[in-house]
Amino acid sequence: MNRIDTLFKKNKDILSIYFTAGHPTLNSTAEIIRTLVEEGVDMIEIGVPFSDPVADGPVIQQSTYKSLENGMSVKLLFEQLKDIRKTVDIPLLLMGYLNPALQYGIEEFCAKCAEVGIDGAILPDLPLEIYQEEYEAAFNRHGIHNIFLATPQTSDERYIQLDKHSGGFLYMVAASSITGAKTGFQDYQQKYFERIKNLDLKLPRVIGFGISTRETFEHACRYANGAIIGSAFVSALEKDGDMKKNIREFVRTIR
Amino acid sequence: MKYEVDKKGFYGEFGGAYIPEAMYPNIEELKNRYLDIMSGSSFQKEFQDLLRDYVGRPSPLYYARRLSEHYGGRIYLKREDLNHTGSHKVNNTIGQILIAKRLRKTRIIAETGAGQHGVATATVCALMGLKCVVYMGAVDVARQAPNVLRMKMLGAEVIPVESGNKTLKDATNGALRDWINNPLDTHYIIGSVVGPHPYPDMVARLQSVISEEIKWQLMEHEGRENPDYVLACVGGGSNAAGVFYHFLDNPEVKLIGTEAAGLGVDTHETAATLATGSPGVLHSCRTMLMQNEDGQITEPYSISAGLDYPGIGPLHSQLFKSGRAKYESITDQEALDAAFKLTRLEGIIPALESAHAFALLEKMKFQENDVVVINVSGRGDKDMQTYIDVMQKNKMD
Repeated sequence: MNRIDTLFKKNKDILSIYFTAGHPTLNSTAEIIRTLVEEGVDMIEIGVPFSDPVADGPVIQQSTYKSLENGMSVKLLFEQLKDIRKTVDIPLLLMGYLNPALQYGIEEFCAKCAEVGIDGAILPDLPLEIYQEEYEAAFNRHGIHNIFLATPQTSDERYIQLDKHSGGFLYMVAASSITGAKTGFQDYQQKYFERIKNLDLKLPRVIGFGISTRETFEHACRYANGAIIGSAFVSALEKDGDMKKNIREFVRTIR
Repeated sequence: MKYEVDKKGFYGEFGGAYIPEAMYPNIEELKNRYLDIMSGSSFQKEFQDLLRDYVGRPSPLYYARRLSEHYGGRIYLKREDLNHTGSHKVNNTIGQILIAKRLRKTRIIAETGAGQHGVATATVCALMGLKCVVYMGAVDVARQAPNVLRMKMLGAEVIPVESGNKTLKDATNGALRDWINNPLDTHYIIGSVVGPHPYPDMVARLQSVISEEIKWQLMEHEGRENPDYVLACVGGGSNAAGVFYHFLDNPEVKLIGTEAAGLGVDTHETAATLATGSPGVLHSCRTMLMQNEDGQITEPYSISAGLDYPGIGPLHSQLFKSGRAKYESITDQEALDAAFKLTRLEGIIPALESAHAFALLEKMKFQENDVVVINVSGRGDKDMQTYIDVMQKNKMD
């Protein structure tokens, strides 16, 4: 069974953390993952950098540029992850834009994910229709979940469709915004969370965008199976001092 | 039409709408409504009236006698430089603002490279009383200063984009992010035949007025509708799409686009996408791109801010692949030389972008009776500083 499915079967209030591979330093990927696991994080999204991250705010944009400057690539990332399953059991996902995966070759990308032990992929610029037509078969062949995002503007009908085709869970975007959204929830978001809660979806939901504190994390968990923290964690990684210590301190402010 | 976009938004393997889910409702609405809106009689009346009385269409098709004597053939210039705001860009912005109004949008965003599209967008926003925000790479803000001031005078907010090479690609990223952040009240007026479906088709249709006019204008001049050659510069490719459009199904009309080679296609300082690129996905569309083997987009370079883009519209990728149109690369220097030659032979100072089309004349051999149409996509006012620098360097007077 895919580790993502196992996780959601057993646990609730899932804490998922995003970071950009190759940032702050080229070879920090494995150390960040291991430290997060030590701190009890449930799931990790490893960001694959892309030169033109249109769905990302300033913090993740900067981490992406830094990572590319450091020399990160899809090929190198798979190399860095090749022994990760010797020490790490929690679900690991790759999150990035379509073009680097496309140039690597989608079939090869999925095969390599399976080989190193990646459980799922989140590609925000791969829409449902094109996924179904061109790539779903490859993802299925290699047992890789492809996770869709849905936003406050996503209609009920569309939510139900995405729920049907997403793998493992549905990524519920909390705000009408790019990543690094203002923290704290406004009225429209509250109404949105309740609307989706009442839809009776089949998949677990994880809320992301604008989650950066214990308060927002716990709030999100009331409406979903967990939440994702990205920009706030990437900022924490940029602080001076020992990286492991920074990671530890950050996760402990959340739970 | 053989080269029309298909139901899913593709031209062969190119095109589509590779959009984040956050953009889905806006793109879906636009996709479902643009053809109906554009074919409606209220739209058509308003659009045609504005093109005639506000833009000054039809733009002349001018027989360039001295240019023809110099290069051979019978060379006609399609004078999009004489449009209000100084380029072909206004054809598209007039159309899109009328569409935006029918979609009840109250805020307009745009990206701009040379500033021509930004000015054309700011202009129609002033005309319609809508709020306007233009994203422009910080490098372009500096090198196209007169257009920045025009946009500001027109009431637009110009936001300099500091990421990447700070040029057109980065401006487009800025505008896309704005749209994701403002999904309800905002329409994004993309300035070229790029971006997610239906933009490439919608913009091509709005620009197709250029070739529609050429057909009857050429009939008046030459007693025939179809020229032997059509030449246009290509960045994203909207002026070329407009000037090619009604000739696409007439294979006897040779269509040639000129890309910006920058310092040369074999240097890294180039923006010649078709000459140096490969298929990939950027700005929500599958098309030819300048990229490395990891799928990272390569930063382009051209002296011309309007052609300084690492992608190209999917229609052009398909025309290139099928061989229906040919694409040549023109260096900075060739474009500058062509700009001065056109100025001295015909008294027309072209935009640097348009000069890339004229540079091709040096490489062509025409028969005496060949009818050649070149699109003068924009005027050179915005490029005067570049031209002045060249004159000072060459001590020209």
